[in-house]
Amino acid sequence: MIQILVRYCTLFVLTLLVLTIISFSLAYLFPGDTLENLTGLVPQNEIQRAALEKQFKLDQSYVIQFIYYVGNLLTGDWGYSFTSGLPLREEVGIAMPATIELATYAMLMALFIGIPLGYYAGIRCYSTSDHLINSTSITTYSFPVFWFALLLILIFSLQLDVAPLSGRISLIYDIEPVTGFILFDVLLSDIENKSLAFKDALSHLALPTFAIGAITTASMIRITRRSVIDVKHRPYIAAALSRGLSSWQIFFRHILRNALLPILPLMAIQITTLITNAMIVETLFSWPGIGNWLIQAIYQRDYPALRIGMMAVSTVVITLTILVDLFNRMIDPSREKYERATV
Amino acid sequence: MSHGLVKRLSLCICTALLVASCAKQNKQAFYNTGIIYCSESNPVTFNPQLDTSSTTSDATSHQLYDRLLDFDPNSGRIVPSLASSWLVSDDGLTYAFQLRKDVWFHTTNYFKPTRNFNADDVIFSINRWRLRSHPYHYVSGGRYPYFESIGLAQNIASVERVNGYRVEITLKRRDSSFLSNLATDFAVILSEEYAAQLAEAGTPSKIDELPVGTGPFKFNSYRKDHFIKYLRHDNYWRTQALEEDDNSDSNLTSELQSLSQQQKLEAPLVDQLIFDITPRSSLRLAKLMTGECDATAFPAQTELEVIRTEDDLTLAEKPGLNIGFWAFNTQRPPFDNPDVRRALAAAIDKNTLLEAVYFDSATRAKTLLPAASWAFQNDADDTAYNPVLARKLLADAGVAPGFSMTIWAMPVERAYNPNATKMAELIQRYLRDVGVEATIVSYDWTTFRRHLQEGLHDSVLIGWSADNGDPDNFYRPLLSCGAIPSGTNRAMWCNDDYDKLLNQALQTDDIEERTAIYRQVNRLLYERLPLVPIAHAYRYQAYRNELEGMTINPFGGVRFGGVEKTL
Repeated sequence: MIQILVRYCTLFVLTLLVLTIISFSLAYLFPGDTLENLTGLVPQNEIQRAALEKQFKLDQSYVIQFIYYVGNLLTGDWGYSFTSGLPLREEVGIAMPATIELATYAMLMALFIGIPLGYYAGIRCYSTSDHLINSTSITTYSFPVFWFALLLILIFSLQLDVAPLSGRISLIYDIEPVTGFILFDVLLSDIENKSLAFKDALSHLALPTFAIGAITTASMIRITRRSVIDVKHRPYIAAALSRGLSSWQIFFRHILRNALLPILPLMAIQITTLITNAMIVETLFSWPGIGNWLIQAIYQRDYPALRIGMMAVSTVVITLTILVDLFNRMIDPSREKYERATV
Repeated sequence: MSHGLVKRLSLCICTALLVASCAKQNKQAFYNTGIIYCSESNPVTFNPQLDTSSTTSDATSHQLYDRLLDFDPNSGRIVPSLASSWLVSDDGLTYAFQLRKDVWFHTTNYFKPTRNFNADDVIFSINRWRLRSHPYHYVSGGRYPYFESIGLAQNIASVERVNGYRVEITLKRRDSSFLSNLATDFAVILSEEYAAQLAEAGTPSKIDELPVGTGPFKFNSYRKDHFIKYLRHDNYWRTQALEEDDNSDSNLTSELQSLSQQQKLEAPLVDQLIFDITPRSSLRLAKLMTGECDATAFPAQTELEVIRTEDDLTLAEKPGLNIGFWAFNTQRPPFDNPDVRRALAAAIDKNTLLEAVYFDSATRAKTLLPAASWAFQNDADDTAYNPVLARKLLADAGVAPGFSMTIWAMPVERAYNPNATKMAELIQRYLRDVGVEATIVSYDWTTFRRHLQEGLHDSVLIGWSADNGDPDNFYRPLLSCGAIPSGTNRAMWCNDDYDKLLNQALQTDDIEERTAIYRQVNRLLYERLPLVPIAHAYRYQAYRNELEGMTINPFGGVRFGGVEKTL
């Protein structure tokens, strides 16, 4: 077990190292001044420039520059944004949780709706209700997420006027970001009208969560259904049947757990799609998350922000993927024979 | 199982909808305490002395600050504000202002005023832009574009303190637009006490980032690209004056009553004022429709019809004090030749531009002045669409067919030009007909303006919104020599006769006489044609019916004092 953990850690660190190298070289690859791309600080005169170059070791070899850069990343000194002049760590610190929050709720929705529906469809496979669920999920899965989100805005915001179309909460509420998760922040805040604020945050969450969640749910249904059908045709199910177990017993003793195993690694793949979708949907709902923030950075040619944004998003994705895979490895004994970490 | 699942699912959806609808009913009382305004961009600074863009003055001028004088939005007359009265000497050179007592600056978490507003604040605020030697002059860049463009600093001989509540300003030359200039969005009054405190702390530039004023709202927080939050200023002097009126309203003279009307107009009636920064016009409209915004800036021309058909929305319109024009860079050949400029002007059909770009929400411009100005000249000369003449003039001036030039189209929408790119494309087609190849250039707004100031353009589609009702506010900033360095003279045109006429017009207070001079100015402009006037646009403001007391301020930025919300 320890060996596995070590292997995963090595994989994690190595991947991050490669990412860091890429993000470091971006400062040189982006057009413009390397010093400005790297730090986000614009020197006012030559003396200041020389001082900054010295500070960031730009006058030394690439290796030393890189080591210093990694040191800065680790201590939280990520440079400054061109456009706002604020520390990037602060900006990412506000934007990142917003995206993760959205993705988490969408994932929860996919888990709590997608998996049960998938089981149901799998057990009743090739029946009318299965066809219904399956075709609905395929249709939903084929929706481009930005189009689906626009459709939701058109129907629920503009026509029916039941949900707001932008932001995390009405600006009228002054919520201090503590956890970065708006629902928790509302609960932790000491404003009056807390319940109103909570409802307002929920109604802001509804549409974007649904837009991202629906598509993940659809793929969850399909993955689960496939897996259940596979398990159902295994010989041990036939054996259990012949032993006279009821269909409920078979479901709980054999199908439920065995069908879950192949789902987990596929879920890890879903995380990437989920975060990508969250970033797309954010821009449509003006959700102040990392996707929206990166798009703004692209528009404004804010190179330091792009560099850190790319680093932050990929770190989150890699961390989650490796964690899910590790978890999967721990609960699935059949994979013990693979020595190496797999992602 | 199937039934149970469906039931549970539908229950979930129902609860979600219920929560949404409940929130809608209960929130009214609370939501009435704050107004959300969807603005189009970030303010450049929180001090309108430093920037002429309407985004900055919308966000700051009438919210955070007061001026010595104000314009009455209906009559355009100058009315008292922080100065309760004023006297002009017989020679027209000395202005004495009596200041209001009991006016308090904002108390915020970064500043607590220990004294109320007095003459020192007025002197500080004026000297900051007036005197290069002033310690605060070069804080935040040292450019004061509005005052530079009208050359006001050079004309003020002195600003003297007579006593704590009396200030005397002496001019070098008579200037009949002087009071108007003090009433513009840019002539705001800052706190001298705050400035002194910041200077001591060694952080003078904070004065423009963490603002303190006397206005109806005070600064709370700002997040770039997201929001600006203001809180109600509880000690606002107009509110206090209102309360005093209520206590002794039995024997008010009519003059006092009208004064209290004006005060009512601007007292803050909500606890919070929030600017929701939303650059996309369609998103602003959508937010307005869903009620996420109570009012929006700059509805696009194409969206006006939508707003008119929505029952919950109000579209207020007023002929605006603005001008959209096509300016030539007269310092670059061949545009230094008036004949070439005339040829290009004759090559375009203004009426088509008006229909295609403004959708008939504008009137054709003959001169710089719109009809709302008292110096408007109805029978002024105007260029006409005549491609034959255009080709002839170009050939005579030695401009070969196939000559190429750039048209700079401003990247933002403004009332005076809602879609500069589209207009540029139309002009491009017209120019092709007379053998001129035009390329369209655009940058982001800040870069665009910087390059314009450097004079990198051949011609540019841009415009001007007046800051006060005085005609001098159009002619001087747009085309006088002094306005070239300050970056409002987009034609980079400098003509001594023109400047002489403008100065002459300021020597007199007689409106007839001034109008006659401006007729000569119009004639001169028609002959030299440094720019082609295209349109005067209507001003629109879209807001939800819940807002009461919204008025269009024809003389500058939006104001939320006196606006109430009743859901």
